Amino acid sequence: MDYTLLTDQDKEKMLAFLNIDCVEELFTDIAKTQGKCEINLPSDGKSENELIKMFRGFAEKNIDISKMPNFMGGGAYDHFIPSVVDSISSRSDFNTAYTPYQPEVSQGTLQAIYEFQSFISHLTGMEVSNASMYDGASAMAEGCLMMLRQNRKKKKLLLASNVNSLWKQVVYTYLTGTEYEIIELPADDGMISSDVLEKMLDDEISVFAYSQPNAFGYLEDSEKIGEILKEKGVYHVASVDPLMLGVIETPATYGADVIVGEGQSLGNYLNYGGPYLGFFATTKKNIRKMPGRVVGRTVDSKGRSGFVLTYQTREQHIRREKATSNICSNQALCALRACVYMSLLGKDGLVSIGKNVIQKSHYMYDKLIESGKVEPVNSEASFFKEFPVRLPIAASAFTSIMRQKGILAGVPAWFVCADSDKNTVLITVTEKRTKEEIDDAVLKITSLF
Amino acid sequence: MNEREDLIFNINSQCGLTFPEFENTGSQNDIPEKFLRKSALEINNAGEFDVVRHFTRLSRQNHSVDVGFYPLGSCTMKYNPKINETICSMDEFTRVHPLLPASFTQGNLEIMWELGEALKDITGMDGVTLQPAAGAHGEFAGILMIRAYHIDRGDKRATILIPDSAHGTNPSSVAMCGYSVKEIKSTKDGTIDMDDLKEKLTTDVAGLMITNPNTLGLFETDILKIAEMVHSVGALLYNDGANLNAILGKCRPGDIGFDISHINLHKTFSTPHGGGGPGSGPLTVKKHLVEYLPLPIIEKDKEKYSMRWDKEPSIGKVSSFYGNFGVLVRALAYIKALGADGLKKVSETAVLNANYLKEHLKKYYKLAFDKTCMHEFVLSGFEKDSSVHTIDIAKRLLDYGYHAPTIYFPLIVKEAIMIEPTETESLKSMDEFIEIMIKIHEERKNNPELLHNAPCNTIVSRLDEVKAIKQPDVCWNK
Repeated sequence: MDYTLLTDQDKEKMLAFLNIDCVEELFTDIAKTQGKCEINLPSDGKSENELIKMFRGFAEKNIDISKMPNFMGGGAYDHFIPSVVDSISSRSDFNTAYTPYQPEVSQGTLQAIYEFQSFISHLTGMEVSNASMYDGASAMAEGCLMMLRQNRKKKKLLLASNVNSLWKQVVYTYLTGTEYEIIELPADDGMISSDVLEKMLDDEISVFAYSQPNAFGYLEDSEKIGEILKEKGVYHVASVDPLMLGVIETPATYGADVIVGEGQSLGNYLNYGGPYLGFFATTKKNIRKMPGRVVGRTVDSKGRSGFVLTYQTREQHIRREKATSNICSNQALCALRACVYMSLLGKDGLVSIGKNVIQKSHYMYDKLIESGKVEPVNSEASFFKEFPVRLPIAASAFTSIMRQKGILAGVPAWFVCADSDKNTVLITVTEKRTKEEIDDAVLKITSLF
Repeated sequence: MNEREDLIFNINSQCGLTFPEFENTGSQNDIPEKFLRKSALEINNAGEFDVVRHFTRLSRQNHSVDVGFYPLGSCTMKYNPKINETICSMDEFTRVHPLLPASFTQGNLEIMWELGEALKDITGMDGVTLQPAAGAHGEFAGILMIRAYHIDRGDKRATILIPDSAHGTNPSSVAMCGYSVKEIKSTKDGTIDMDDLKEKLTTDVAGLMITNPNTLGLFETDILKIAEMVHSVGALLYNDGANLNAILGKCRPGDIGFDISHINLHKTFSTPHGGGGPGSGPLTVKKHLVEYLPLPIIEKDKEKYSMRWDKEPSIGKVSSFYGNFGVLVRALAYIKALGADGLKKVSETAVLNANYLKEHLKKYYKLAFDKTCMHEFVLSGFEKDSSVHTIDIAKRLLDYGYHAPTIYFPLIVKEAIMIEPTETESLKSMDEFIEIMIKIHEERKNNPELLHNAPCNTIVSRLDEVKAIKQPDVCWNK
């Protein structure tokens, strides 16, 4: 099967017009260079019917988890996705459109991005947001880079060691070829210590980056962190869980210069790790230093309101090696999904989902701790939707046993928390989990030990 | 034409999605006061039907491939097969958590493995990563691999060479990796100036990054010689695979001297552009670069698939997880649908279509390089004594229901108009486009004002980009 449309007669007509006998004559430049070109793929393609069967075959090789309540997190979360999100994002007017470089025929995409930016700005409390980054990790890396470039003398990034370790690896990769150095701030019982932070902020550190909540799920004292950074004159980069922001205070209130995060939770499927989207928000004064596309509202030649890609002189297609980032394609369709999702939630939904998640996750946590079978990692710490507990056995053995019992009971903490022991598991409770599922999981977990 | 749609923030109806308070025993810890949000969100609620109407109306203000032709050079706006959307939306793929063990995700891993093998095969390479989320992300990872390769050999090199016809992402990716960029001139024939290359190719050069066929739609006929020269100073040759659509089944970058190539799945392999993303930019590499590939590596042992995470000397990770898996599924479905013969037919048809358009249009618009082209070609909108510019021609096309071509790029052609029809346009569609281009040419002569004021049939006319910068409004506020 192929997707071309030319008939044999069409081709003959075209070849005659071009005054050649066969299409090979158009490839003489290549033929001079490469002799025979051999591809080992089967020469025949599949019909649509065969394709469906083939991919159903792949699908069936994944273990069926449809009936297994999902308590896994670690950077990707099983939140509820309303049908409206799929319905809108599968409209080919959005899905098969190009980047909106021709604004007169792209107002739909442009307005949706403007609305996405506005939602992100309001949630994070920052003045400007871009149109999306590849994912949370690359957003954090580029956020750190943008702030590092603003200090000519200090060249060091202090990175909280309790940032998701998969993300940290991306931050290290992004800084590989630069003049900047990364120092890690150790975490105590899963938390940043303000004393240690204060001590480690020496004269060479220009940026501090952490996540709220951190990789363990614990909420950091953003207020204290903000105070210390302000006093020391160090730039403040924070990643946040967007779904907590209806209820939990944003680090913007405490002086954050950049707020980034993973937007998968906003109406995007788990998809085995992608496509997701990173969001990136900052203050107005950084608008010319931001990476990525930005949409602005303006007027047309007749004075009517309309939207355009703006501040393009920051970007690679104009500024080339002096661009603020090399990003071109972003995750626009995922951002559209996030925008539709946030539109459905609105002011009340954003508060209610935050509360629901807090109530359910704390209900499960309390039941587990009350049982006396598992231990808190840090009994003083607060959390939003994800929490660690210490088990009498290795976390990977535990999650494996629980899968046999039909429950995706969490993620071994050492997968994503650099300083975690082998016996700690991260458990996430989203609004999707019912009381029955939670009670059943608690029963099955506690009866193990 | 549709009416403009009000902002979502001006709707105020019953909330479309809330969650009831959770009935529980009341024993839960409340979150301490100090963590709670102090100010209420300043947005409204919108009900489900309002949200549906809002975004459906917005969608009708877009041009898209499913509606009409996009002659957009270097962007390969081909048809996005519907079956691929059906397949990648299967629950078995969409609900899989990335941290599930490999024993639970054998189907996903097999898809990734098979796609990787196919891309190695198509590009003539030995190793692959599917992790980069876009072409530029692939460039970034690829240049870091070149850097790691040289550092491993104790070889400090500071420069990457790039032709002046390159995409903007090339120099900016190189700069992000800490290299300085030196530009290589193009000859009057549109290909790399060999004398200039020779002069700039020193042992300080880590690599040469080229797009072949280049952005003028021309195949670099000296490529074997170029590869030899690059390798003779110990540098590596990088292929920007944006234009792979022209050479599928005809030529493999790995066979003609390239050490590394990225591939844009959202161009050559038909995955939708989504209004700007998500794309996917896998990299394929020759043997000597395999050990630097990002982690994890997908491995196959007998019929079992797994992920390998051991570190040195890999460049590390470039994405949170394994790349845009949903896009990878679509690309493999496309490759399986076409097979080797179908892929070859893609490049043959794309090149035939481009030459057909070129030979017709060159009678009306100046052709930058008058020779056989590959999948795209570059015209100039410049005409002596005419007040009409390329931008006017592009905007007039919008009035006739077409998307504009790529304009003012490549930079080395004055008033460039870069056209790529792809293999999925019909003869009728191309003939209609030719007719409109001739009509616009006549309007240019007889009624230039019409072009200066274009577009006039779209929902908005030309937008004030200066105002957008001088009075920035990038966020709705009450």
